[in-house]
Amino acid sequence: MSTRFEFDPVELPPECTELRKEVRAFLKQEIDAGTFSPQGGRNENAAAFARKVGAKGWIGMTWPKQYGGHERSHLERYVVIEEMLAHRAPTRHYSTADRQSGPMILRYGQEEVKKTILPRIASGELCFCIGLSEPNSGSDVFAASTRATKVDGGWLVNGRKIWTSNAHNADYMIALLRTSPPTKENRRHGLTQFVIDARSKGITKNPIINLTGSHDFNEVVFDDVFVPDLHMIGEVDEAWKQASAELAYERSGPDRWLETFQSLVELVRVSGGQPDDRVALGIGREVAHLATLRRMSLSVAGMLQAGKTPAAEAAVVKDLGTNWEQALPNQVRHLAPLRGDSTPDINDDRFEQAQRYNTLIAPKLTIQGGTREVLRGIIARGLGLR
Amino acid sequence: MPDPIIVDTATRIFADLCEPAVINAAEEGRWPEALWNALEENGLTLTWVSDELGGAGAEMLDGFAVLRVAGRYAAPVPLAETLAAGWLLAQAGIAAPQGPMTIAPVYEDGNLRIGDDGRLQGRSRDVPFARAAQHIAVLAQRGGTPTVALIETTGLAISQNTSLAGESRDTVSFDGAAVKEARPAPDLDLAGVVRLGAAIRTQQMAGALEHILDQSVQYSLDRVQFGRPIAKFQAVQHNLAQLAGEVAAAGAAANAAAEAIAQAGVAGPVVEAEIAVAKVRVGEAASTGAAIAHQVHGAIGFTREYSLHHATRRLWGWREEFGNEDFWAMRLGRMVVAAGADELWPTITAGS
Repeated sequence: MSTRFEFDPVELPPECTELRKEVRAFLKQEIDAGTFSPQGGRNENAAAFARKVGAKGWIGMTWPKQYGGHERSHLERYVVIEEMLAHRAPTRHYSTADRQSGPMILRYGQEEVKKTILPRIASGELCFCIGLSEPNSGSDVFAASTRATKVDGGWLVNGRKIWTSNAHNADYMIALLRTSPPTKENRRHGLTQFVIDARSKGITKNPIINLTGSHDFNEVVFDDVFVPDLHMIGEVDEAWKQASAELAYERSGPDRWLETFQSLVELVRVSGGQPDDRVALGIGREVAHLATLRRMSLSVAGMLQAGKTPAAEAAVVKDLGTNWEQALPNQVRHLAPLRGDSTPDINDDRFEQAQRYNTLIAPKLTIQGGTREVLRGIIARGLGLR
Repeated sequence: MPDPIIVDTATRIFADLCEPAVINAAEEGRWPEALWNALEENGLTLTWVSDELGGAGAEMLDGFAVLRVAGRYAAPVPLAETLAAGWLLAQAGIAAPQGPMTIAPVYEDGNLRIGDDGRLQGRSRDVPFARAAQHIAVLAQRGGTPTVALIETTGLAISQNTSLAGESRDTVSFDGAAVKEARPAPDLDLAGVVRLGAAIRTQQMAGALEHILDQSVQYSLDRVQFGRPIAKFQAVQHNLAQLAGEVAAAGAAANAAAEAIAQAGVAGPVVEAEIAVAKVRVGEAASTGAAIAHQVHGAIGFTREYSLHHATRRLWGWREEFGNEDFWAMRLGRMVVAAGADELWPTITAGS
């Protein structure tokens, strides 16, 4: 019996080297121009940034050219994404669409929707949100009860989605909606995915401020919202079959281990040239984790490039990665110049800024996109335990 | 990628000839003759030695892959040490003899000299399998030049000691020992030998971790409590999921180290960093992983009779050898800080 998950090495093709240089040059220019700061802060114009990235050809990179894509490899896309994240670039206007919504439409959407919407994602224009969670359906995704009722030419949507990130900026939502009751044999049956115009009549978006003080979450209320047939994705009642591919894309990317990376960068900066043993040891340990996570994440990108659907491997990377990135700000705290007297004045706002931001966002990292507990359940299934 | 034929051959030999009883007997001092002979006859003991020097002439990655399998089976023979010795001899163009070998010193500050009389001087601690080896490949100084020498163990003063796993880690006194053959290896230093040793141990540990995952998953499916297999309890599932993550990370990190050596040899800062990453990460996985495997097994896993300890005691021993996690983390940390904050990300992405 073998229970191992394999993470074969991936060597990035030569074109990635040039691409990486290009992305770094672009990001340096944007940082120098004050578009964003790697240490955090939320005043950036994410929509304007998305247009610039779209103009570079770095959104929808792997999609066919006929839909506005660039027919580049998953590995090239990986390089762009990890550079963006390592520098904490404001990708939130387009990242959801680039990572999940676009590929979903490309794979299961109807031709006319593909033709009209995908090029506008790739240009950086459109922002997507994901309507998955509901008040009574969080980790238990398939318990969704927001209804889509068949009417002439389309569907009428009623109900509520919650914890919807970026809904207030979104042009579209991909929502998982109840079209039939679950069956006795399959409790996942009866759900269908739709692309919904987020500005449709009958939609109300209520802000929910998170603990960092930012407006990211929303409650989205649907009151007789009409969605045309054309906007249905995949098969009626069979959305659960489409879920695993989406999750493999979502769960292994660099955003699952790089979110708090700037804390480590700034720790290195304030450690000076001659760190004591304690600090050197601590930094070395974190870098060992980081380098290994990156290798595993890159390996999953290689599997995607090879046309596989590595759901369990992606869950392994996300579980390891989010636990690590979540713990990092606290580890960095313990390695920073000692507090309690005034002598070791760090005198570097960047360290303080990165630590504050990352300490506050840490709790969400093992919740969003599948909680630690859900992920470990998926891994356990991969091990044959359930 | 390693040659699947070599890996399959090794797997078959270990599956047939490395049963738990063989491991127990080896710990009591009985040499696993059949196992060793099968490895030798199939050319697996001199994987890293070219045809011209009497070896199998396989790739570095093949040897590392075989050591992964050896770790999986807790092989109680100096296969890793013989591979390393063959490699060390080959660096100086010395042909490798048949039979089990080991290397010395195993520390960077080891101090062996070949005197004007052509005899060896010095003492090495913690030499793995010294008492079982027929030859020791040493890296010594001769007139200020790093020199590889082949030494017969017959007649050496060997003071016996053992690792946590009951494997021999002996102190060898070389004073006055005759040198069978010696040649200069000016580009080699003990730091390079230690790097190779660390990469070897990470492969063995990754293999042992794979084994304890398999064994723990199987045990959880077999063991019934409260009317169902304990694998059905969420707490147990989550522990095993975490173990699987550590095993996967260890395998990836160990392979990174092996690839670095296969590509660039044992010298230079890039290899040093890859080895450091691997030994730190695999060492942590060993600690976390062994603890989970024991927790899943309960009391039976704590007995001498049950075989889990063949893997876990080796993990606890190997994590200390050729630099433990703290040794390498401190080095890696110093390298990272010396390069500066703005070089951290470029360094992480440099390899690929």
